[in-house]
Amino acid sequence: MNRRPFDPRLLRRVPAARRDLAVLAALGGLTALLVVGQATALATLLATAFDGRLDTGALAGFVAAVGGRALVSWAQGAVAARAAATVKAALRADLLAAVGRHGPGWVAGQRAGRLATLTGRGLDALDAYFTGYLPQLVLSVTVPLAVLARLVFADWGSALIIALTLPLIPIFGALLGWQAQAATERQWRRLSMLGGHFLDMVAGLPTLRVFGRARAQTDVVRRMADGHRVATMRTLRVAFLSALVLELVATLSVALVAVPVGIRLLGGGITLSTALLVLLLTPEAYLPLRAAGSRFHASMEGLTALDEALTVSAAPATVAPTATPAVAPAGSGEIRFENVTVAYDRTTALRDVTLTVRPGERIAVVGPSGAGKSTLLGLLLGFVTPTAGRVTVDGVDLAHVDLDGWRRQVAWVPQRAHLFAASLADNIRLGAPDTPDAALATAVADAALDDVVAALPDGLATILGERGHGLSSGQRQRVALARAFLRDAPLVLLDEPTARLDTASEAVVLAATRRLVQGRTALLVAHRPALLADADRILRVQDGRVTELTPATEAAR
Amino acid sequence: MSTAAAERAVWRLARPYLRRLVGAGLLATATEVAGLALMATATWLLMSAAGRPPLDRLTVAIVAVRALAISRGVFRYTERLAGHDAVLRMITDVRARVFATLAARRGPAGQRTGDALSRLVSDVEAVQDLLLRVFVPGAAAALVGLLAVGGAALVSPPAAGVLAVGLLVAGVALPTAATVLTRRAADEVAPLRGALATDAVDLVHGAADLAAFGATGQALRAATGRADRLARLERRLAAAGFAVDAAGVLLAGLTAGGVVLVALRAGVGGVLVGVLAVGALAAVETALALVGAARQRTQLRAGLARVADLLAEPSPTADGTARTDGTPSVVERATHDVRFEGVVVRYRAGAAPALAGLDLDLPGGRRVAVVGPSGAGKSTLAAVLTGAVRPDAGRVTLDGHDLSAYPADELPRAVGGLLAEAYVFHASVRENLLLGRPDAGDDELAAATGAAGLLDWVRDQPDGWDTMVGEEGGQLSGGQRQRLALARALLAAPPVLVLDEPTEGLDPAAADAVLASALAATPAGHSVLLVSHRLSGLDGLDEIVVLDAGRVIQRGRHAELVTVPGWYRDQWLVQEAAERGYLALAP
Repeated sequence: MNRRPFDPRLLRRVPAARRDLAVLAALGGLTALLVVGQATALATLLATAFDGRLDTGALAGFVAAVGGRALVSWAQGAVAARAAATVKAALRADLLAAVGRHGPGWVAGQRAGRLATLTGRGLDALDAYFTGYLPQLVLSVTVPLAVLARLVFADWGSALIIALTLPLIPIFGALLGWQAQAATERQWRRLSMLGGHFLDMVAGLPTLRVFGRARAQTDVVRRMADGHRVATMRTLRVAFLSALVLELVATLSVALVAVPVGIRLLGGGITLSTALLVLLLTPEAYLPLRAAGSRFHASMEGLTALDEALTVSAAPATVAPTATPAVAPAGSGEIRFENVTVAYDRTTALRDVTLTVRPGERIAVVGPSGAGKSTLLGLLLGFVTPTAGRVTVDGVDLAHVDLDGWRRQVAWVPQRAHLFAASLADNIRLGAPDTPDAALATAVADAALDDVVAALPDGLATILGERGHGLSSGQRQRVALARAFLRDAPLVLLDEPTARLDTASEAVVLAATRRLVQGRTALLVAHRPALLADADRILRVQDGRVTELTPATEAAR
Repeated sequence: MSTAAAERAVWRLARPYLRRLVGAGLLATATEVAGLALMATATWLLMSAAGRPPLDRLTVAIVAVRALAISRGVFRYTERLAGHDAVLRMITDVRARVFATLAARRGPAGQRTGDALSRLVSDVEAVQDLLLRVFVPGAAAALVGLLAVGGAALVSPPAAGVLAVGLLVAGVALPTAATVLTRRAADEVAPLRGALATDAVDLVHGAADLAAFGATGQALRAATGRADRLARLERRLAAAGFAVDAAGVLLAGLTAGGVVLVALRAGVGGVLVGVLAVGALAAVETALALVGAARQRTQLRAGLARVADLLAEPSPTADGTARTDGTPSVVERATHDVRFEGVVVRYRAGAAPALAGLDLDLPGGRRVAVVGPSGAGKSTLAAVLTGAVRPDAGRVTLDGHDLSAYPADELPRAVGGLLAEAYVFHASVRENLLLGRPDAGDDELAAATGAAGLLDWVRDQPDGWDTMVGEEGGQLSGGQRQRLALARALLAAPPVLVLDEPTEGLDPAAADAVLASALAATPAGHSVLLVSHRLSGLDGLDEIVVLDAGRVIQRGRHAELVTVPGWYRDQWLVQEAAERGYLALAP
């Protein structure tokens, strides 16, 4: 966790923000000058008012300084907000690009929900950091310096008091702030956990209802929320304590300066206008530091999101991209697994698998659930890279090919296809948005999806809900099949294509699947006997090992 | 719901904590007054000292300056603690009530994912912000303004007039302008932010599909384009928004200058002119806090309205569960009799009914399978039986009483099991199982898990029962997730057990074994309603019902059904042929 108030990685990652930040710094200097000018004019104005006279020059100067501050503060806000918008857009692009670059395996391991939240709402917390904290951070440097410089000439004794007490603010701030920072981090995690739990609980409500646990779970939610309250109050007692100390340092310093100056006035050792200048400038010296301090806590959420975004988007790709990826081999080539082992964190999905898939072969893969069948397909899609060994197509190692080009040779029907919040047509022509309507209609018919389309209010133009809400699992599966038909690729990978279909629609889909695999190389993960009938070979995956199921060994089963 | 109505709803929620909130408001006022008085007194001290009075005339002012300097910080500290404590207590209530309301909704709860849910979390926080950042500081600023004008009026009514004008602009006109600008900005930004959140969900959760179909680049371009459009919009809106803050800076200075001018004209003494000027500067700056409060309030309105709408739903206790003498209660016993009488379910007006006049008798201890093509109404039948879906016509009775007459949280003691799309929670294996029966011991867990064929896997895990299953059960394979859900249903062991496709996602051999062991693990007196698309393993059941388009087209025992022509026999032959083909692979 980065504890600095400004993360230098930001400038490297978002060079476009540099100019805005430089302007922000210049405006901070200008503000400091105007603060001193305003106080000087007001002190003069009031000192002459003491004699009952109106110093029109001082009044004009005061108004001019105030007008100048107004303009500069407007510019500061606008520039800071522009910088925030620029940085957020750049970080979002980075995060999304990281998702694209690392691929699906990495995303699943990254707690998908957190990533999605960070890209959305999480980064908006940066607004508070940029418009609230950063300008104050600049002012907390420029204004005290300008005030001290002015007071050294006016009344060096007061300047000395300020110079000695000012450092107390960052010192106390740092001492108390560290603890508050750690507490805030804990709170952030807790909040996202709470969000996660809330999501989990509400998403699982139908299941909770079946077991009569929905009401009972209300108490769990209340307990969690109450735990959140207690933890928050503990954080706040410390966070507010630091604010209290900082406020005391500032206000007591005003008293410390004002009282001796008043007494010296009695003795005639100082002029009234100088005394007033000291009084007016003293709080100005502390104000930006305190404001920056208090807003630092408020902008912690933004800084944490920033840190997370910079870290996630900078995570090195699991596979170093080859400088010039090899041209993808044809999907109709010979596929060889050479001593492939795939190990995940907890389990080994495949152990030392060697096999050859000849062009045009239809291979069924059977085996108990969790045996590694999906991993076999994941390797061919480039989602999974071998921990040891290699997968080659026509002798070219898949680890070194242009994956997009290779995947164009592959049609994939996953177990659970993700449907997007878009029209049904766009969901089918995923990756091929320019598909002519006729081809789309053919794919729909091939996947036995036409009756589904006919029943939808707007047909193919029907907009699906988030994650395809509105379609049944069987219908989703047929959408996935339609995607594969449209792809028209030489290699077809099917992960239990008929798992969610009844026997009647299975027959329809099976016929379509036969058409699909005709003249293509095909790997089918099969749960249903019907799928095995057409296979040239049957592979059996068990405990990560792949064996050929010849009729003879099948008999031995 | 309108913003005003939503805010009234918040006040109703805040009622138990009103005294704490008023106390926090008064402390906030005291804080601001102490700050203002500190500067005014210090100015009086200096300007009086310039007249060289005897020192003892200044002693009170000197003491006051020191006391005010200390009290301001202390007031602020207590105010913030008191305010946060009150509001956080209230938020605990709100979170629990929001969940309770969602939990009390019958029927399929609307799919709430990603954007909708993170919004729910932040909406609840809106209630907190409305009180802490809008009402408490707003009330304090208004009170301080009144006190300042009153104080100034004692010295010079004309100067007080100028101050009042400045405070009105700072406390009313500028906040109104800020509200209008913020609202306009939010209306323009919100749709883009929502769309971007959906993009993020699609890109993250659909990463595999996008990659496989080469659509990642296209989706990335769409999302990045949206992020850029959002940035352009935010940049454009920034300039207008901060004009209000600039006007506030200008206003403070002009008010102070005006006060000096008017006070001098009115012949106010020099010392008091200074006090008025410095006091006016501080007072206007305090009132400017209302600009920030107005912005907050505007940003919160959408979230508040959603929370208020949610909480305005009939309170959970009134939801058909109000105990009257006529309400039947689930009696703890081993068997229950269920009857479906002419049940009709229609999900959308005009659409074909999912169930079209279904009759079914399920006396205690009977085991019935429901089969049929996909879309025949099998899952709807299961959902009606568990009370998740209510019939549009006809009725379902449990022990002679209409199912809907039972309290929602009592019904599961009699009827329950494994429904379609059973949810696996982001928790440990044990916690997921205990949902079925909270007081189950390890032996019972092992028995149920064993019957579902997951026990060996659990034993293999280093953390055993405490293995975390990951987000949406993501650490499990599809088959393991299904077995876990089945084990949970078997552990619950309700007298009427519903199993909707209990072996979905398992290969044939495993499916047959799991179905057999699950049925064997169900106590003899318990009724079973098994929904299946597979016809294997049904020969031991008391009755098989074939559904098609929401109607019963065949019923009988397996041995009878395979002998008469009809859907069941056709399907059985198809399946047999497929299975024989499978077996025919062997020589």
